[in-house]
Amino acid sequence: MRLAPRHATLLLVLAVFAALPFLLPSSFHLRVATLVWVQALAAVGLNLLMGLAGQVSLGHAGFFGIGAYAVALGPRHLGLDPLLSALAGLVLSGLLALVVGRPILRLRGHYLAVATLGLGILVWLVLNSEVGLTGGPDGIQVPRLVLFGWRVAGAETWYWITGLALLLGVWLALNLEDSPLGRALRALHDSEVAARVAGIDVARAKLVVFVIAAIYAALAGSLLALFNRFVTPQVADFLHSIELVTMVVIGGMGSTLGAIVGAAILTVLPQALTVFHDYEHAVLGLMIILFMIFLRQGIVPGLVALLPRRAVA
Amino acid sequence: MQRRQFFAGMAAAAMLAFAAPGHAQAPIRIGSVLSVTGPASFLGDPEARTLRLYIDRINQAGGVLGRRLELVLYDDGGDANRARTFATRLVEDDRVIAVVGGTTTGTSMAMIPVFEEAKIPFISLAGGIEIIEPVKPFTFKTPHTDKMACEKIFDDLRKRGLTRVGLISGTGGFGASMRNQCLRVAGEFGIQIVADERYGPGDTDMTPQLTRMRNVPGGVQAVINADFGQGPAIVTRNFAQLNMGVPLYQSHGVASRSFIELAGAAAEGVRLPAAALLVAEQLPDNDPQKRVVMAYKQLYESTQNQPVSTFGGHAYDGLMILVEAIKRANSTDGTRIRDAIRATRGFVGTGGVVNMSATDHMGLDLSAFRMIEIRNGTWKLID
Repeated sequence: MRLAPRHATLLLVLAVFAALPFLLPSSFHLRVATLVWVQALAAVGLNLLMGLAGQVSLGHAGFFGIGAYAVALGPRHLGLDPLLSALAGLVLSGLLALVVGRPILRLRGHYLAVATLGLGILVWLVLNSEVGLTGGPDGIQVPRLVLFGWRVAGAETWYWITGLALLLGVWLALNLEDSPLGRALRALHDSEVAARVAGIDVARAKLVVFVIAAIYAALAGSLLALFNRFVTPQVADFLHSIELVTMVVIGGMGSTLGAIVGAAILTVLPQALTVFHDYEHAVLGLMIILFMIFLRQGIVPGLVALLPRRAVA
Repeated sequence: MQRRQFFAGMAAAAMLAFAAPGHAQAPIRIGSVLSVTGPASFLGDPEARTLRLYIDRINQAGGVLGRRLELVLYDDGGDANRARTFATRLVEDDRVIAVVGGTTTGTSMAMIPVFEEAKIPFISLAGGIEIIEPVKPFTFKTPHTDKMACEKIFDDLRKRGLTRVGLISGTGGFGASMRNQCLRVAGEFGIQIVADERYGPGDTDMTPQLTRMRNVPGGVQAVINADFGQGPAIVTRNFAQLNMGVPLYQSHGVASRSFIELAGAAAEGVRLPAAALLVAEQLPDNDPQKRVVMAYKQLYESTQNQPVSTFGGHAYDGLMILVEAIKRANSTDGTRIRDAIRATRGFVGTGGVVNMSATDHMGLDLSAFRMIEIRNGTWKLID
């Protein structure tokens, strides 16, 4: 039986997702796995923008932060249900991407990177400075999620919820890659001029994928905040944006599985490297450098290229 | 080939990290999550050094309850999400019996639910009053709150007969929190905040804010600056350049040598509330804290080759309160230790004399703060 690569990716993620709870000994490990799913969801969205369409975003944590703060602020200031707040966060994030994306997606390369960077920093500034509204740098509590009278709690529950969200995200992303929009994005990645000549509305295609990536990030942010039940402006800071970009790049640009692997590495490694104590950060940096030297296209595409040819069907 | 070795090494590292250690006459495990790196590292680093130093010393002296102490310390880099992950790890994997740490208010608040749920005593080293207010059954803290800093300053102002005060604060966590507390308690001391100026974390010139303050109708009789790091040094320099001619008060956030170095001659005459540790040598011999702060200062400075800071002192207090509580409880059961911590009376630490109760999980009063003035480039104990 021949499996299309996108089905193989989905099946692989599904298998890992279903098997992990039986292999992980404690709820701490489940928590780390949950964090991997959440970060991976944001990275999968960002990969659509960066890997597929070739547009850089250095402010993606801003959208993540909007999603995270929506579930903290909606119930507190507007009396909204957390689930409704999360939805409002997705809409707000998508709208912001739509409004801001229109002018800044006209920029290319470094200019686009700087514009998105500015956007991310603006979101962080608001979350950090509006103490009365957001609780400021010390963060804010997030109310517990209650679904139809069921209080959602426990690491294992959140593992399933976030994992299902990721599966859904992966499925949508894989479908998008093979859709007319996906092909249009790949075309404009290679050459915007050629894409335009072929009849693709370049500006619109870029805008749509930017909005989609923003919604992915906002959903991930909402899930993280509901799971942690506490959020600080750090979810939206520049370092987190860089972290998301790094996940996509070391996992392999353009590969959805790569984005998940990248998220897993950047989330699990710091936990594994605590044995190095003071040298933890140096080792982490060194490993990222080594990945980039030896697997230049990113981990997943790099390893696939190393496999014997018959295995890649 | 190289590549294969590299991955093998990585797998080994991962296994090492996740392998469960064996148990003999098991040591007592104390957990800690500190911001040793990142923006709060100037707090977290001395805290980590202090914990390592004193746990070694306690072990050399025979440990606690006949067992060795083992410190499990993680660095959260100042990130609340990472702090929470490490908190879960301390509870689930490392099975610690108590936790000292949480460098910032944000990381502490993120960790509290984890320890509360596991019924593990948690002694935070962060300043924010929300950590212990409302009281949570298993959460304690050792540093003074910013509310106390405000009260100490207002108390000093009242003694000098000054009532019209200008407040200038940074928008960072520390400044924002202290500003709120000062605005809240000013009335109780008959203090009127006639100007309330703010500045951002990266600002390099606060002359406009100070000028506005000088032009307030009726004028200001004193200025209070709530912040730590670079900001207060710049405010102090601008304050001197503008020749404001009224007293300037800083907070306990500047209680380190680097402030005097940064502000230079402009720091002369600046007053601030700070822990006794800062003026250890100047304390009168009959001061109850004299012996403790001198011993800590000498040991820290002789082993770490850096000047002592009050932040490391908070870690010392937290660890010692915990160790004494474990001894008194004669048990490693979380609830018993918690009860013993809560029963702490007359504990003399670097931050002050601690008297805990069921309603007070910090146990410090205003006498824990000393009013200090900067004279001839050094700290001078006033009160």
